[in-house]
Amino acid sequence: MTTTTADRAVVADSRAPRERAPEGRGVATVAHLALILWSLLVILPLVWTVLSSFKSTQEVLGNPLSLPGQLRFENYVNAWTTAGIGRYFANTVIVVGTALVLVMILGAMCAYVLARFSFPGNRLIYYSMLAGLTFPVFLAIVPLFFVLKNFALLNTLPGLIITYVAFALPFTVFFLHSFFKALPHEIYEAAQIDGAGEWRTFFSVMLPMARPGMASVAIFNFLGLWNQFLLPVALNTDSKNYVLSQGMASFASQAGYAVDFGALFAAVVITVAPVLVVYIIFQRQLQVSVTAGGVK
Amino acid sequence: MTPDVVPDGGPTRSAVRRRRRPLTFDRASFMLVFLGLPVAVFVIFVVSPFVQALWYSLTDWSGFSSGMNFVGFDNYVKLFHDDIFLKAVRNNVLLVIVVPIVTIVLALTLATLVTIGGSGTGTVRGLRYAGFYRIISFFPYVIPAIVIGLIWAQVFTPGSGVLDALLTKVGLSGFENYAWLGDARTAMPASMFVMIWGFVGFYMVLFIAAIRGIEPEVFEAARIDGAGRFRSAVSITVPLIRDNVQTAYIYLGIAALDGFVYMQALNPGGGPQNSTLVMPQQLFTTAFTKGQFGYSTAMGVILAAVTMLFALLVFTVNALTGGRERKVKRR
Repeated sequence: MTTTTADRAVVADSRAPRERAPEGRGVATVAHLALILWSLLVILPLVWTVLSSFKSTQEVLGNPLSLPGQLRFENYVNAWTTAGIGRYFANTVIVVGTALVLVMILGAMCAYVLARFSFPGNRLIYYSMLAGLTFPVFLAIVPLFFVLKNFALLNTLPGLIITYVAFALPFTVFFLHSFFKALPHEIYEAAQIDGAGEWRTFFSVMLPMARPGMASVAIFNFLGLWNQFLLPVALNTDSKNYVLSQGMASFASQAGYAVDFGALFAAVVITVAPVLVVYIIFQRQLQVSVTAGGVK
Repeated sequence: MTPDVVPDGGPTRSAVRRRRRPLTFDRASFMLVFLGLPVAVFVIFVVSPFVQALWYSLTDWSGFSSGMNFVGFDNYVKLFHDDIFLKAVRNNVLLVIVVPIVTIVLALTLATLVTIGGSGTGTVRGLRYAGFYRIISFFPYVIPAIVIGLIWAQVFTPGSGVLDALLTKVGLSGFENYAWLGDARTAMPASMFVMIWGFVGFYMVLFIAAIRGIEPEVFEAARIDGAGRFRSAVSITVPLIRDNVQTAYIYLGIAALDGFVYMQALNPGGGPQNSTLVMPQQLFTTAFTKGQFGYSTAMGVILAAVTMLFALLVFTVNALTGGRERKVKRR
C-alpha cells in the first residue's frame, strides 16, 4: 500500500503546520463506497415499494423493474377505503396517542417517586420493573389474554391501550429515573418553602425540568407503540379494532390470491409515511436519545 | 407506611432529611396516585401474567374449558419430545448466534468508517457527509418490523419480486423464478438478512456515538506511535466501547430469540419444512389456534429460560475476557 509511506511522513512532521496531503484519501474513498453501497441497500427496496404503489396489479406482477405506466393514485384510495387501512390508521392514532399520553404521565410520576423518595419497597419496585424489561412478552401473552377477558377489556381499544401502557411503563420509568435523580435537591426545598405541596412541586417544578428526558422517551415510546404487533394480534382480534400493523399483516396474508397488489404497496407507504415524517423532524433528538439510552 | 416516606436528598443529606413528615392529605394522595396507580397497572398487566404463566405451564388447561388439572412437569417432558418445537428451538439458537454477530460486525464497520474514515492529516477525523449516511442507515429502525417483513417478502417473491429480476438482468438466469423464501436452503438465510437489515442502522448510530465519546487524544497518541486506521479501530475503538458492544449483543440476542414479527411477515407458516419456524410462532399457534394454553405457556417458560441463559452467558463471557475489570476502573 502506498499510504504507508505517506502515513509515516505525516507522523514524522505531525507538529508541522497542517497542510493538505493525500494521506487517507484512499481510505476515505473506500469508506464512501462502502457507505454508499449500504445506503443503496437501505433505500432501493423503499424506492421500489413507492414505485410499485403506483402500479396496477398487472404491472406489479409483470415486470418488477418497470416504472409505473401512469401514477395510479387510486391505489391509495383503495388501500385507505376498501382494504380498511383508513380505519386501522384511525384506530392506531387513538390507541397510540392515548397510550402515549398515559404512559408518559404515569411513567414520569412513578420514576419521580422512585428516584427521589426513599421508602420500604422502593428498590423492589424498581428492580421488578427492570426485570419486566427483559422478560419476553411471549411468556405473559396467554395469561394476559385472560386477564383482559376478566376485565371485559378483550378485543376493545381501551384494553389495548392499558396493555400498551403497562408494557411501555418499565422502559419509561427506567429512562426517566436518572433524569429525576439528577435534579438538584435545593429546588425541591425551595418549592416546599414557597408553600408548594407535593403535587404542585411535581407538576410546576420538577416535570418541566425533566423535559429533555420526557421528549426522548416520548419519541421512543411513539415508535415502539406504533410498531407494536404481538399485543394487538393476540388481544385485539376484532377486525373493526385492528391497528395498522395487524391490518397490514392480514391484508398481506389474504393477499396471496386475488389481491390488489398496487393497493398493498400503497398501504405499506401509508403505514411508513407518518413514522418517517416523525423521524425526519426529530432525527437529531432521536439519535441523541439513542446514545443516552444505549450507553447506560 | 406512608409517614416513612421522606424525600431522598442523596447520601450526604439523608441524615438531616430522614425525619418523619406529617401525613397530610396532599402527601397521602400524592403517594397513592404517583406510586400506587402506575404500580397497580404494572402489577396487574405485567407481573401477574408472568407469575400466572408459571402456574399454567404446570397444567393441562385448554383455556376456555373450566377444567384444569395439575400435571406437574408433563408439559415440559412433552416439549422435549416435540420435534416441531425442537426444530423451532434450533432455529432460534441459530438466529441468536448469527444475527447479533453479523449485525454488530457490520454496524461496527460502518460506524468506524463514518467516524475515523475521513481524509486529513495528523488528526483522525470523520467522513464527510457522515450525517447523511447516519440518517439513511437509521431509516429501517423507524419502519414497523411487520412492514419491513412485508416489503422484503415482496422483494423476494419469485416472478414479481425485484431481486430475481435484478439477478436475471445481470445475467444470472438461474434465478429467474427462484423462491428465496420457499426453498428450505435459502429461507433461513434470507430471513436473517431481513432482520439484520432492520437492525444495523440503530446499532451503527449507537456505536458512532460511543466512538465519538472516546477522547481524540487517544487516537492521536496511537497515530503518533504509528498505528494505522485499521489498527486503531481494532486495538483502540473495540476495547474502549466494549460495554456498548455487550449491551448491543444482549438486545440483539433477545430480539433474535423473538423474531416473531419478521418470521410472521416473511413466512407465516414457519417456512418450507419449518426451516424458519421460531419458538414464539409455535407458542402463538399452540395457544390461539390449537387452544392448548397450558402447553403453550410451558413453551413461554422455556423461551424465558433460554433468554436468561443467553444474557447470563454474554455477561460471563464478557467478564471472563476482561470486560469487568475495565468497567470497574472506569467508574
